[in-house]
Parts: sequence; structure tokens; C-alpha cells
Amino acid sequence: MNLLRLTATEALRRLADRELSSAELTGAYLEQMERCEGDISAYLHTDAEASRKAAAAVDASPGGGTLAGLPTAIKDVLCTRGIPTTCGSRMLEGFIPVYTATCVSRMEDAGIVSLGKTNMDEFAMGSSTENSAYGTTRNPWDTQRVPGGSSGGSAAAVAAGEALWALGTDTGGSIRQPASFCGVVGLKPTYGAVSRYGLVAFASSFDQVGPVTRSVRDAALMLRHLVGKDPLDSTSVEHPEAIADPVDRDLSGLRLGVVSELAGEGIEAGVNEVFREALARLQAAGAELGEASLPHVEYCIPAYYILAPAEASANLARFDGVRYGHRASGAGDVTEMYELTRSEGFGDEVKRRIMLGTYALSSGYYDAYYGQAQKVRSLVVGDFRAAFADYDLLLSPTTPTTAFRIGEKVDDPLSMYMSDVCTTPANLAGLPAISIPAGLSQGLPVGLQLFGPAFSENLLLQAAHSAESVLGFQAASPLVEELD
Amino acid sequence: MEYEPVIGLEIHVELSTRSKMFCGCRVKFGGVPNTRTCPVCLAHPGALPVMNRQAITNLARIALSLDCEIPERSIFHRKNYFYPDLPKGYQISQYDQPFAVDGSLEIALEDETARIGIERVHMEEDTAKNIHAGDSGRIAGSLYSMIDFNRSGTPLVEIVTRPHIHSPRMARAFLNRLKNTLLYLDVSDCNMEEGSLRCDANVSLRPVGTDELGVKTELKNMNSFKHLEKGLAQEIERQRELLEDGERVVQQTVHYDVASGEISPLRSKEEAHDYRYFPEPDLVPLVASQQFVEEVRRGMPELPEAREQRYVSEFGLPLYDAQVLTASREVADYFEEALGLFDDAKLVSNWVMGELLAFLNTAGQELSACRVSPAGLAELLHRVRDGDISANTGKEVFAEMCESGASAAEIIAARGLTQISDESELEAVIGQVIEDNPDQVEQYRGGKVKVIGFFVGQVMKQTGGRANPKVVNELLRRRLSE
Amino acid sequence: MVDHEDVRYVARLARLRLEPHELDRYAEQLSSILKHINKISELDLEGTEPMSHVLDLTNVLREDEVHDSLDSEEALANGPDVEDGAFRVPPIIGE
Repeated sequence: MNLLRLTATEALRRLADRELSSAELTGAYLEQMERCEGDISAYLHTDAEASRKAAAAVDASPGGGTLAGLPTAIKDVLCTRGIPTTCGSRMLEGFIPVYTATCVSRMEDAGIVSLGKTNMDEFAMGSSTENSAYGTTRNPWDTQRVPGGSSGGSAAAVAAGEALWALGTDTGGSIRQPASFCGVVGLKPTYGAVSRYGLVAFASSFDQVGPVTRSVRDAALMLRHLVGKDPLDSTSVEHPEAIADPVDRDLSGLRLGVVSELAGEGIEAGVNEVFREALARLQAAGAELGEASLPHVEYCIPAYYILAPAEASANLARFDGVRYGHRASGAGDVTEMYELTRSEGFGDEVKRRIMLGTYALSSGYYDAYYGQAQKVRSLVVGDFRAAFADYDLLLSPTTPTTAFRIGEKVDDPLSMYMSDVCTTPANLAGLPAISIPAGLSQGLPVGLQLFGPAFSENLLLQAAHSAESVLGFQAASPLVEELD
Repeated sequence: MEYEPVIGLEIHVELSTRSKMFCGCRVKFGGVPNTRTCPVCLAHPGALPVMNRQAITNLARIALSLDCEIPERSIFHRKNYFYPDLPKGYQISQYDQPFAVDGSLEIALEDETARIGIERVHMEEDTAKNIHAGDSGRIAGSLYSMIDFNRSGTPLVEIVTRPHIHSPRMARAFLNRLKNTLLYLDVSDCNMEEGSLRCDANVSLRPVGTDELGVKTELKNMNSFKHLEKGLAQEIERQRELLEDGERVVQQTVHYDVASGEISPLRSKEEAHDYRYFPEPDLVPLVASQQFVEEVRRGMPELPEAREQRYVSEFGLPLYDAQVLTASREVADYFEEALGLFDDAKLVSNWVMGELLAFLNTAGQELSACRVSPAGLAELLHRVRDGDISANTGKEVFAEMCESGASAAEIIAARGLTQISDESELEAVIGQVIEDNPDQVEQYRGGKVKVIGFFVGQVMKQTGGRANPKVVNELLRRRLSE
Repeated sequence: MVDHEDVRYVARLARLRLEPHELDRYAEQLSSILKHINKISELDLEGTEPMSHVLDLTNVLREDEVHDSLDSEEALANGPDVEDGAFRVPPIIGE
């Protein structure tokens, strides 16, 4: 039996039935990490000894938590008390948080075994994980290609069998896009459903924590543990529904709207082919397919790349070399210290976005950029509302292309930004969206994205689960398959 | 040409809530540096702010006491700038949708009254404290700075007046009245030395009779009433001289040096401020419902005007007494506590205004530091009313109580001050005095009744001032008429 | 459309120090990004409400309760330059 193909849901059952111990399961993952990390570089920080101990402790006291013994990877943007948290930045080299993010605490309280902190684009800014100060993570399906980003480490770890599942964060597609590139499931919950406390902020009104998993049921399982109002996050709310375990059911009666603006022009032929085939199968399984329109979707990337960098420019102002993190040496006064520290500590993309955001907010430009982008946000929300009047859920490819080659887009920020075209609308509107593997194009995974209305996670997960079985995607990355 | 000063004040008030504005760290002045901090007020990565309900209630109290309009919705913005005392690199503050607008406060001086408009009242957070190391203790010339984040995130209310103030004296009176109101509201300790009440002033001059505002300067951080008044006077004088010499006032921030009494410009930052305000995404809007406002209104403590009226109507005090007593919440509270133990309002008022306030004034002492409690004063007044001591002796005793902290009873006993009212004891003294002064007896009996004062004086001398003057008078008249 | 002057001004506001050769690169990249972003100026959004938050939440408040603070050792643990229980920074000039 290849333990690296297990879903969390199945692993949990076997652990409960004592068919499997957490030590065995964790051991299998640690072994795979040892075997693959040299090629993949999914992790920034691991502590095999601590993971083994945690697994042994779970085995020693059965009946722990509801996720007891499940080996989990954590994106390095989430604070973990006593464990280095770098956000893929030189700025936070050696930083040890004094507290743990709420979402991680909730998972820990449920008994997970942490495998370590995963690589990411610096401060979650990027779509390829090439912007990490600690090296690029590679796609387990083709190590010449990027895993996507910014949660590239989490997605690659799950795809490479280096983690059973992982925590990611999504600001403009940072869970769904790498999930799509790596052939795994990625869910961005409704804004406010999961606490952001301890998530190092990139763009506060967009950031959400969510699961990167091997199955939709796993995503539901993890989400159930993440949701809920947190008194430490003013923007978190109680989810109106308990997150249910999706059941096996066909798609009959479900009205699915294909977003026409995201399903034709600009989508790579191979991706489109897999997408069309998937639509045919969903229809065959009883779904009522139609064409939906989000008329302002072309303004999403511009609006997103004003609002998110603007928020980021303020969120990253705290990295000033005073209380933690990198401090440049040799400065004669405090202003010089700030400038040297921040220029040394931040990488190119982060600086670029800080500059962009600062510009958009600066005197004389606010109305034309920030104010206008906020209005676009209203329009996008309106677009979705209108579309959901006709459809239960909306569909699109998750990304316009499959995983691109390492280095292909690093010198062209704008083309990198365009790879978020299908994902940013959900962040602007604060809606839940999930990416599930739909098939392969030239050996590389293609993701199918489903959008739902706010707080419709149950409907979304149920539909995604049904779609998952209809699509029947069974492939695993070569690194896992070769162990079958 | 004659010039008229135009002054607007910006006042920052630290609220005395238990915990900080956005986290649970205790609000307190001073202490060991960096012992009241947490991920939120240190701006650790990933930490988020959550608003303190009491701070908002206090803010609403202030707004209502200043007769402000409270719009239904207000929001928070980020004000972006870099400074070591600002851990997030932005201050959470209110910008174009503040909590309250358009209020006023009436100020009465002896010879004029004025209604000073309040432009806005808004909520923000205080910064940390920079301690400038090096020889001078000031920024200039320090080798490095130390940062203490204990104060970081303390709730701070900003009150901005309209430019309705036209003299340093009025500015001082306004600040005094505002401070008193805030103390009545119990929202801040308003300790200027500790920085819980801070005042900046915008000053300009214009020819009398014109409406246009002149170029203004900003006078920063006046840390006492006296400095505010003196600094303003100095700056007005400086501007007047400039204008009279045909020069121009430059818009800048200036510093009033308390020691030298000089005004000097603060070195300006290299770039103009560009705070890049935008709505704080980590907080949600504040909606002040009518119900909330009414609840706060109902919970408001009695304000100076109301108390003043009550002293007249309920206690029958003259308006003047009522004004003096209620000018400070502390004094009024003291008065009422003493009155609870001694039921003669006018007498208590006389003693509080005459003795207590005079003593504090001379000694330069705060009432909170005074060693005579309201109960102590009441006890003393009982002794006077019971005739144990004379009113004059009582005043001496009071002075000693203030100095030593001893009780009235202790001082009276120790100094043997109890009045002699016993007739037989006094008869003996009086007999001796009459015998020793036959000439004066003759004069009295000859119709010069005023001489009785001489006899009283003699009896007092013999008894060391302890004789009850009323009894002495009576006995003397009786004996001299025999 | 973004020139050296703009780049310098923005870098200064953001406390980033750019090398002279970087000015060109940033001016060029920001210009190309802004060119795309300017697409939103085509829209006539007179009368459209700006949205700063997708959530319809108001008045999220905590009770005024004191919680344990970090002990000073922990508060200072990550500090790059700490002395006498405080964070130390180079001299503050210009204010």
C-alpha cells in the first residue's frame, strides 16, 4: 500500500481503526521528504525529530483530537510560536514568533502532526514561488517547471507525497493556482470564514487561509476545523452552516454557469480542451450547464493590482528593523537604517508592489487609482450577484495555462500578474472558490475552478466532490506514482 | 495696524481605560519599559487590532459633553509614516469620517464669554515612547534612541477646535474648562506632565476687522496651562513683530522653550507629509445607533453646569460659590463629601473656598495631595459649631491639619485649645480683671460702654485666648452693671 | 509615464533605497504595469459606491479587559538591538 496516496479522510479512518499508526504515517512522509526535498524544495523549515515525537505522542494517547496524527504542512506565512516563520523573506530570517496563528492553533488542538513550514513567494507576492529568498520550489510533475504560487511549497508538498495535506493562503489565487499547477485540491474560503490572526498580512481585505489537499472531502474536513469567529480578528465571523462532509451524489439539478469571459480568449488551447471535456462530463452527470457572464472581469486584474499592493505597502511598513527581523548595519541615523534595512531585506517583487501601492495611495493619485479600484470592486460584487441569480455555482479554468517553466516570467511582472486572471475575481468579491484537478494537458495538471456565493462552502464542496468523482482524476505526480 | 490673534487648538487626550485601544495590555503611565506589550501593540507580523468598547463609550461621552453631532457611521483609516515610536508604520486613526463633528464649548472669563466651536472629535491610538540617549536628553545630539512600547496603542482622542480663540488667556481658559469637563466625565486623568493631556496650537494674526486667516504656525506640545498661555503670547508677539516689519510669517512648526522663553522653528522634515490615508481593512465600521447614543447620554455623569445649578437650587448657595466649587470636579466632590458629614452648605462652602483653596493656592498643592480629608474638615466644623473652639482658632487648627496631617481633635488636645465656657472658672478671671482696672470700670459706668472690648481682651490674655467670647461678654456686662 | 522623479519620491515615502541603475528599471516596470492598470479609468463610475470591505459587519468590539502582556524578555527576544530592556535605534534626525 502506498501511504503517500492516502487521503486525510482515509488516513483518519485507518488511524481510528488502529490499522495504521501516526508514527508509520508520519514516518512515510518524513522518508519521502528525505528522498524528494533535494529536487522539490517544498519546505523552509522541518524538524523530523519533533514530528516523530508528536506522532508517537498521538499513538500513545489514542482518542486525542479529531485530526489526531495527521501529518500536515504549514505555509510559512502563518506564525508558529517558537518555530521560525520567514514568509520566504530575508527580512524575517531568524524570526521566531511569540504566538501561534489561530488557524494553526485550531489544527494543533485537533491533534495534527506538523511536518514543517512550506516555501512560498516572499510575503505571498507571486504566482510561481520563484520570489522566495530561499530558493525556488519545483513542480513535482516536472521539476523544470514552477509549482505556482504563492502557496507553491504547500501544493508541491502535497503533490510530491511530502505532506498528507497542507495549509495555504490565498490573496489573489495563491491556493487555487498552485493547486491547479500541482494537480491537487485547493479551496479559498469566503472572506471572514477563517481567522487571519497570525497570518502575516499581504492584503488584509483579500487574504484568506485555506486547505490544500488530495481530495474535496479532505478540504471539507480541514475547513471544518478552520472556520469560526475569532475574537482576535475583527473581520472574522461565525460560519452560518456547519461544514458538512460531502456525500456521494450525482449533479442532477445543479445549475452551473460557465463564465464566458474566463473560458475562451486568453486560455491556452490544452487547458481549454481539458476544461471543455470536463464540462461535457459534468453535463452527462446531470448538471445543467449554461453560459454566465461577469462583465467587469477584465477590470479585476487592474483593480486587484491597485488595492492589494496599496494594502501591502502599509502592511509591510512594520518591517523596519526595530523590533524584529533584519536590521542593516552601519546606518548613521534612523531614516538611513530604515532604507538600508528594507532595501536589503525585501526582494524585487515585494519592493515593486510596495512602490506600486505607495504610488497608488500617494497624494494626487488616490481617487484615480485606489478610489476607482474600490468602485470596480463594487461592480465585480454586483456581477457575481447577478450571475448567482441564474446559477448555483460558476465555473472556469483555474489558470489560463498549465505550470510554466522556471524563469519564464520572472522578468515580466505583468505577464506573471496575468496568470491570476481567473482567480482574483473571487478575492475581490470575497467569495469561496475551489480548484480541483480536471485532467492533464501534455502531462501537466489542469484545474477546474468552481465559485460559490458567500458562505456557500457546503454547496461548493458537495458539488466539487461530485465533480471530482465524475472527472475521475486518479493520477499522482511521478514522485508518488513510482512508489505504487 | 492692529492685529487680532486667531488660535485653534488640537488636543490629544489619553483615555484611562483599563486596557489599550486594540489589545488587552494594561493602560498605565511609566513602569519598567516594554513590560506592557503584546504582538498587537508591538506590531508583530500577523497580529490584528480589535476595538475597545469602553474607549468608544468614553469617546461618545466626550463628544456629547462638547455638544457634537455624532454621524451614524464612522470608519478608521491608516495614516502612513515611518517613525520608531510607530510600530506598524501607520497609525490607526480617523480621517474623513470621524466619530463626531460640529460641537462647541462655552467659556466664561470675568469680562467676556465665548462659544468655541469644536470641529471634530475622533479616536486614534497613541505611539510608543522614544527615550533619547546621549547628553542632552533631547533629540538633537543624541547618540541613539531607546524605544519603550508600554504606551503604544493607548486609546487617544483628538479634539480639534475651530479657530475661534483670540487670546492666550482664552486658550488657557478653554483648555482648563475642557480638562475639567473631561475629569467630570471620568474618561482621562488629564495629567499634562505625564502626557495624558497634550495640546498643540495653530496661531495666526490678521488685521482687526478682517475675516481672512493669515499664515499660521503650529506650536507643538504645550505641557502645562502656563506654558500654553506664555508660548502663545510669545508666538503672537513674534508674528506681530514680523508683520509690523513688513515681513512674512512662514508656515512652520515652532517650539517654545520653557527655560529661555524663546520661540524657535523645529527643523522641518525633508519631504512634505504624504500620509497616504486609506480605510483600515483590519477593522469594520463603527455605527453609533441612536440607542447607543442615548445609552451613553443616560450614563453621563453630571457636568459642571448642571452641578452649578444644583448647588444654587438644592443647597441655596450663592452663584459665585457654586461656580468656584464646581470649577473642578475634585473640589466639588470634596465639598459634597464634607457636606454629607456636616449639614451646613454655606459654612462648608466658606471653609472650602476660604481656607482649603487658599491653602492649596499658597502651597501650590493639588487637592489630591491635601492631607485634610473631607471627613477631617467636617470634624473640625463640628468642633467650631459646638463651641469647643472659636472660628479663629479653627482656622489655625485647619492650617496645622494641612501641614502635619494630624486630626482636629489631636491638635486641639495637644495644644489645649478647648474653649473655657465654664462660668465659675471665668468669674474668677473676670473678678481679678475688674479689680485690677478701676479706671476703666469708672469709664464704663460713666456710659463709655465700648470699653467692654478692653475687658474682653484682658480676659483673653489671661486665658491664653481660650475663653468663650460669648460667655465672657455676658458675664462682664452683668458684673460691670452691678 | 512614471519618471525617475516619481520613482525617487515613492521610494522615499516607502523607505526603500534604490541604486541609480534601479531607477530606470522601476520606472519602466511601473509604467508598464500602470499602463495596464489604467484600464480602469475607462469606466465611468460616477455614482458607484467604493467598497473597502466585502463583509457587511459593523461594531466589532472587545470588552475592556486586561490580558497578560508578554514578559519583557519575550517582547525583546527578536529585537536586533536591545539594551536595558528597550529597543535601540540609531539617532532620530529631522523631526
